[in-house]
Amino acid sequence: MAVLVVADNDNAHLRDGTHKTVTAAQKISGDIDVLVLGKGVSGVAAEAAKIAGVRKVLVAESDALGHGIAEAEADAVLTLAGNYDAILVPATSGGKNFAPRVAAKLDVAPISDIVEVVSADTFTRPIYAGNALETVQSSDAKKVITVRPTAFAAAGEGGSASVETVSGADAAKTRFVSEEMVKSDRPELAAAKIVVSGGRAMGSAEEFQRVIEPLADKLGAAVGASRAAVDAGYAPNDYQVGQTGKVVAPQLYVAIGISGAIQHLAGMKDSKVIVAINKDADAPIFQVADYGLVADYKTAVPELMDALTAAGK
Amino acid sequence: MKVLVPVKRVIDYNVKARVKADQTGVDLANVKMSMNPFCEIAVEEAVRLKEKGVATEVVIVSIGPAQAQETIRTALAMGGDRGILITSDADIEPLGVAKLLAAVVAEENPNLVIMGKQAIDGDNNAVGQMLSALLGWPQATYASAVEVSGSSAKVTREVDGGLQTLDVDLPAVITADLRLNEPRYASLPNIMKAKKKEIASKTVADYGVDVAPRLKVVKVTEPAKRSAGVKVETAADLVSKLNTAGVL
Repeated sequence: MAVLVVADNDNAHLRDGTHKTVTAAQKISGDIDVLVLGKGVSGVAAEAAKIAGVRKVLVAESDALGHGIAEAEADAVLTLAGNYDAILVPATSGGKNFAPRVAAKLDVAPISDIVEVVSADTFTRPIYAGNALETVQSSDAKKVITVRPTAFAAAGEGGSASVETVSGADAAKTRFVSEEMVKSDRPELAAAKIVVSGGRAMGSAEEFQRVIEPLADKLGAAVGASRAAVDAGYAPNDYQVGQTGKVVAPQLYVAIGISGAIQHLAGMKDSKVIVAINKDADAPIFQVADYGLVADYKTAVPELMDALTAAGK
Repeated sequence: MKVLVPVKRVIDYNVKARVKADQTGVDLANVKMSMNPFCEIAVEEAVRLKEKGVATEVVIVSIGPAQAQETIRTALAMGGDRGILITSDADIEPLGVAKLLAAVVAEENPNLVIMGKQAIDGDNNAVGQMLSALLGWPQATYASAVEVSGSSAKVTREVDGGLQTLDVDLPAVITADLRLNEPRYASLPNIMKAKKKEIASKTVADYGVDVAPRLKVVKVTEPAKRSAGVKVETAADLVSKLNTAGVL
């Protein structure tokens, strides 16, 4: 029984979701290969080869793969699918984009966003925005699974797998036009150890930047936002934490001026420690917060900045 | 140009799902049901394409219990032209849904399928991609802007870290993300008009598609509850507690 893990990467670097997906794969089989899809990804392949427990690294390259075109990614995976009993893909926007295509072509049921491997054919996944957990047993001979990275620890380094080139794939009916990536020196939201999020209470994009961003920078944190703040235009869409945005599980999650709607809680309730600052003592966010501070953020955040400075941060 | 919009009847997004005591699923008895919010956005986009003169007909299809007819009526009141209801009391998995929709596409020959990126019950985020793969059509998922011109569509997609724009040949499958548009509320005259619009009644058997489940639901449980912690009085107190917890 062998497992293929498709790497999460941006052509330049391997992302942490790959290591976490390898951990999930280890619960299914010890024979794990990693497939790197992209363009000019030799550096990524070298990083993947260092993951402990990886048998070999396969590399497929083309222009379409470099732009993450789903049709090409699915075809590249399908070429190799015959050699594997399970195909595991990190549940990122890119992974979720192509994995179901692979399942459809193999005529198997995809298993989305798993948070636990119960056994080689049984998996647990959140449904209803994380308000329920469903455990399913697959009767398909081959499994196609997306893995929620935050639910698994990262596999360690120390491996020295061989690297092999396999055939790339193209997409005849889809053309890449452009991309607009948000540039930031802050850690990536989904992988950050600390996340500072702001809500609708900020009232404007300027206020959001003035309050949330300096605190995030002081803590070396990523910046998040509630859907309400994003919908109101206070923060860009990719800051959104929640059912319809990103699911995060950092060591520390600081929610500022966020009431705690179900859909937001779905995206952050697995954080190790949750801090809530809100002037409404009845806000639902306090029901999940380890430490709650009932105060107006306008006074509480500057005080918090001072207290952090005093504590040597 | 004909646009096909699949819609799903799901638990209303404002209602908190409760797990049944026997762990067989989520309790849907006497719970408010509505159109999946992402499906509403897809319907809105299709209707706007018709209002712009790009689309000539908007066909709504739903697979579900008899009550899914209400969901189709909602879409018709928003501006859809006619509906197709494929009745099924059993829950059909994404693979089966994709196969049924592929059969509907074969009958209807639309130039474009616009659908929600995921349903908020199963949270699979799979059917659009699977339908596209089965049809051999290009896909553009998580759309935040759609511009149809001639034989192709330019679609801006919400991806991790930013936005990506693709140009896909038609016919294609597009899945809608939250920011594509803000769905309209149907006006009373349009709700009345929608009652007269045609809804074809079909069954799964009419399409000769195998929709047998591949996954057995072992159990459905409630996630571990997080209990409320402590209230702190000052920011300094908070920092000292966080230092003790070792998370700073």
